[in-house]
This record gives sequence, structure tokens and C-alpha cells, in this order.
Amino acid sequence: MLSFIIRRLLIIIPMALLVITLTWGLIRLAPGTFYSTEKKLPPAIEANIKKKYGLDQPIYKQYLLMLGNVTCRTKSADEEVRGGVQFSIGSLNFKCFDFGDSLKYPDRSVNQIISDHLPYSATIGILAYLLALALGLTAGIIAALKQNSAFDYGSMTFAMLGLSVPNFVLGPILVSVFSLTLYIFPPARFGGFMSLVLPVITLSAIYMAYIARLTRAGMLEVMRSDYIRTARAKGLDEKTVLLKHGIRGGIIPVLSFTGPALAALLAGTVVVERVFAIPGLGNMFVQSIQNRDEPLTLGIVAFLSIMIMVFNLVVDISYGFLDPRIRYE
Amino acid sequence: MANTETVKGTSLWKDAWNRLLKNKLAVFGLIVLSVMVVAVIIGPSIIYWTNGFTADGIPADGDLIKSFPPSLQHPMGTDEAGRDLLARVLQGGRISLTVGIISTLVSLVIGVSYGAIAGYLGGRIDNLMMRIVDIIYSVPYLLMVVVLLNVFSGQNTPEWIKSLSSIFGGAGNQGLNQIFMLFFALGLISWLTMARVVRGQILSLKNQEFVMAARATGVSTFGIIFKHLVPNTLGPVIVYATLTVPSVMLSEAFLSFLGLGVQAPFASWGSLAADGVKNIGIFPWQTIFPGVTMALTLFSLNFVGDGLRDALDPQTRKF
Repeated sequence: MLSFIIRRLLIIIPMALLVITLTWGLIRLAPGTFYSTEKKLPPAIEANIKKKYGLDQPIYKQYLLMLGNVTCRTKSADEEVRGGVQFSIGSLNFKCFDFGDSLKYPDRSVNQIISDHLPYSATIGILAYLLALALGLTAGIIAALKQNSAFDYGSMTFAMLGLSVPNFVLGPILVSVFSLTLYIFPPARFGGFMSLVLPVITLSAIYMAYIARLTRAGMLEVMRSDYIRTARAKGLDEKTVLLKHGIRGGIIPVLSFTGPALAALLAGTVVVERVFAIPGLGNMFVQSIQNRDEPLTLGIVAFLSIMIMVFNLVVDISYGFLDPRIRYE
Repeated sequence: MANTETVKGTSLWKDAWNRLLKNKLAVFGLIVLSVMVVAVIIGPSIIYWTNGFTADGIPADGDLIKSFPPSLQHPMGTDEAGRDLLARVLQGGRISLTVGIISTLVSLVIGVSYGAIAGYLGGRIDNLMMRIVDIIYSVPYLLMVVVLLNVFSGQNTPEWIKSLSSIFGGAGNQGLNQIFMLFFALGLISWLTMARVVRGQILSLKNQEFVMAARATGVSTFGIIFKHLVPNTLGPVIVYATLTVPSVMLSEAFLSFLGLGVQAPFASWGSLAADGVKNIGIFPWQTIFPGVTMALTLFSLNFVGDGLRDALDPQTRKF
């Protein structure tokens, strides 16, 4: 078990480096630069900019510099460090995870931007996820236990609806009903519990629907399996059968979905952030791509991809607790 | 003794079709989709013709260039330029549905061959190919699409994209080129799950007797993969493809909403809804009608996909 976790943690390093390399390659493939405007720059100025950002160097040196910025590299004594970790071994000073300065907002470092904007996205994302899990699991379990009942058909049709209404349609509709007509919740801005309600519902709808469907399918299959019959046969009451044996096996498909869901949450928050005017990280990410703000894009990609990989690892580990048949080698 | 009646066997596909027809929701979905396809193909021309609009749909009379609420003449109202919204929604449906179908076809071609080759060859090649899939999975897909759209736009538009645009009467039209790029960009990122599904199927098929028989009679590796194995994975592949269409359409709408996808004068359901969202407090119909049309279509596609899964694979039937 321990060796499995360590091995998986070690694999994250090359995987993350590969993702960063690919992202960097994609950014470099895209035409246009962060300094290109409608008007063409005089060649002297362009050369100066290129020099300042090291764009006049051979491509492999630029790549190594980028890689050093994202991971660890030595730094000169007078170099200003604006984030990340620094330490020294002997006379060598190292700095790590300092993603450098944003090109679009030169007075802010990438680390600063991420730590400024992440809390907004994280708050909405985590709340939406918890809401989706709570309601989705409950609806899915009840629907499976009362298969073909009115609740079953009703909740599953509702779930299908949740999968089919795009969140940029759902959000504005909620706003126009609950904010502009009924005056219950504020239409936009971030502050206080009330302002969180509509964004969280908008974001969680699709995951809730997905989780409800997965839970129902998983539960239906598990409740018919042999080990549940055994549990019933040995005289356990229905509650114990369900809570101790049924749910554990039934929600495994849900667990597999949580990994990709975290990645998809990023894309989802962009829309919610736009609709509700929330200064989150998702919007920052889209803007950084459009601005060709390479350090910012790479910083966010590095941060998020590592988060996703760690989260996937946690999911893989928790399989073992839910299903004793799963073994790690 | 003389039993002249012969029992007519039904094929697997006929069986599945019969099961599908028993599923009311799936039949509802099929009907909605057929109506939608017909409406989308012939609708816009009829509406413009009966309403006497100019070719671009903007009324010639300047006083009519503003947002009108739904009325008998304009069942869905008009947009800010005075264009009939029903006609715009149907025009948008052409692009939205085509995006869904073409991107799914692209993902089918890439995903099925990739997954089949990885699954059949196995071992190190399989491992390498699937790790590549894992890595592409973890690159943010938004970034991939934006870059693909940017890299191959303007002068860099590939010739075959341009020739596709000219077939549709828009030679050298940047907006049309962008739409075709969108098809392929979305297709290029949506094959990953397909590859995994197919690989899983192939893994469970490749040790069966018919494959051994094919190998014994000297069929080439290529022949075994594409003539013997791939046809046997068709069930799950069709099901998964049906479910890819709505997810690709959502991605397109999402990109158009961010201003990266379909751009005016072209329209898709996503871009129409995005345009309407700006004024949802004043002209709610401009968001609601495109949004609801899209939701209804996705709803039907999902139901058909679910129905197909139940019909083609009765053992894993979950309903």
C-alpha cells in the first residue's frame, strides 16, 4: 500500500513535467505574442522586448529556463523572488515553484495571482461539489431502491434535464427569476452566503445529474449481487445491508467520476465566473491564454494539473477502502 | 409432420431496433431529433421567404432593426438586429448539429483505430499509447482548442479546410474557415474516451477463438483488427458516439459563449444564447429560446443514447 502511494506520487513528477512541456509547446505554436498589438512595433523595440524576456535565445535554452522557473533553479544573489520556496545548499541558492511575473500584469507575480484568485473558484467549486455529492447520491440511492417508482422516473428525468441544460443558460435563467423578479438572491458579485447560492447551484447542476445517474446504476447492480444476497441470508437487517454493504460497492462508479469532474470543474467555473462576475481563477486562465501570458498560463496549468493528479491518486487509494476486492501491487 | 412454416430469425440489429422502439423516451428523442433535422435544413429559407427579409436576415426597413418580443409574425421574437429569432435558431441549429456530428465522426475515426491498435498489439505499445492518452487528458482541453483554432487560422488555414469552405459557398470566408476548424479541433480532443472504450472491448475480444482462427488462416494484423475485431465493438461504439454528440455540442456552445467559437454573422445555439445573455433582463426571449432549443435537442440525444445502450446490450440494462 505504502509503496503503491510512493510510486504513484513519484510518477506525478514526470507526468506534470510532460503536461507543462506540452502546454508550453502549444503556447509557442500559437501565432501572436503577448506584446503584439494592432500596430507593428519598431524592430528596435521588438528586439529589446525579446531580449528582456529571453526570447532571443535559442529555443532549447528558453525551454530550460521555463522548466527551471516552473520547478527549481539556481538564482543569483540579487535576484528578487516573489513567491514559491527558496533554500540554499552550500553557496548555491535555489528557488522553486516561483512561476515568475505575469506579462500582462507586470506588477503582479503569477504566484500572487493564483493565490489571489484561487479562493473564489475554490469556494464555489468545493461547495458545488459537496452539494452535487449530497443531493446526487441521495437521489440516486433512493431512485435505485425504489426502482420504477414515481420518484425514480421523476428524479432521473430531472437528472437528464440537468445534463442537457448548458450552465450558461441555467445561470442567467436563475438570475432573471430569483434576482431580477423575486429579489431573493443578489444577481452578481461575491460576498456573503446569499451571493453564493446561485453560482453554486448553477455549477453543481450538471455534476449532480451525473452523480445521481451513476449512483443509481451502480446501486442497482450491487443490490442484485451475490454478496448482498449473502448479507441478507445471514440475517442482517435491510438498513445494515444497505449502509454497510450496498452503498460501499454502489458508489464506486461515482468515485471514478470525481477525478475527471475536478478537471471539468475548471471549465465550468469559467462560465459561472463570467455570468456572476466573480474574479476567479478560471476566468484568469482563459484570459491568460488569450493574452499569450505564458508564465501565467503555465503557472495555472502546473498548479491545476498537479492538483488533479494528486486528487486522482486520493481517489485510487480510496477504492481500496470501499471495495476490499481491490488490491494494490 | 409437414411443417412448412419456417421460423424467421431476427438479426442482432433487428432485435436491438425492436427493443429501442419499446423505449418510449428513446422514441420521443428520435422523433424530436428527426423534426429538428428537417426544420433546421429547410426552416430558415421558408421563414425568410414568407417574411420578406433580405438575404442576411436583417430587415430593409431601419425602424424594424430592434428587439421585438415574440409575436405571431415572429414566434420567438427578434434579435437586436431585427432578425427573426426562430430563423436564427434554426440557422444556428445547422451549425450546432453539424459540429456535433462531424466532430463525433472525427473522434470515431481516430478513437476507434487508436484504441483497437493499442488493445490488439498490447504490451509495451499498448502501455505507451495509453499513457499518451492519459497525458493528453491532463492538458486542459480549453487550451488545446484555443491553440488549435489559433494556429490554423488566418494564413495558416490548411488547404483542405479552405476547400471545404468553398464547397459550402464561402471560399475565403474566415468565419466559415473558423467553424470548420472548430469541427476538427473538437474532434481531435474528444477521441480520448472513445479510444479507452474500444481498447477495453478489444482486450476482452482478442483472445477469443475467431481471432485465433483468423490468425491461423493467415489474415494480416491490419485485417484482424479492422475486419474481425472492430466490427464486434460496434455496439458500445455506437452508444458512446451517440453520447459524444451532445457533449461536443456543449463544448461548442461553451467555446462560443466565451467568444472563441462561432462568430457573427454565423450563429450556433451557444453563440445565440451568449448574445442574448447580455440583455437577459430586458429581452429574456433572446436567451431562453436558443437555450431551450439546445436543451431539448441534447435531452433527446441523451435519451436516444441511453435507449441504444439498453437496446444493444440488454445484459447491462440498468433501467
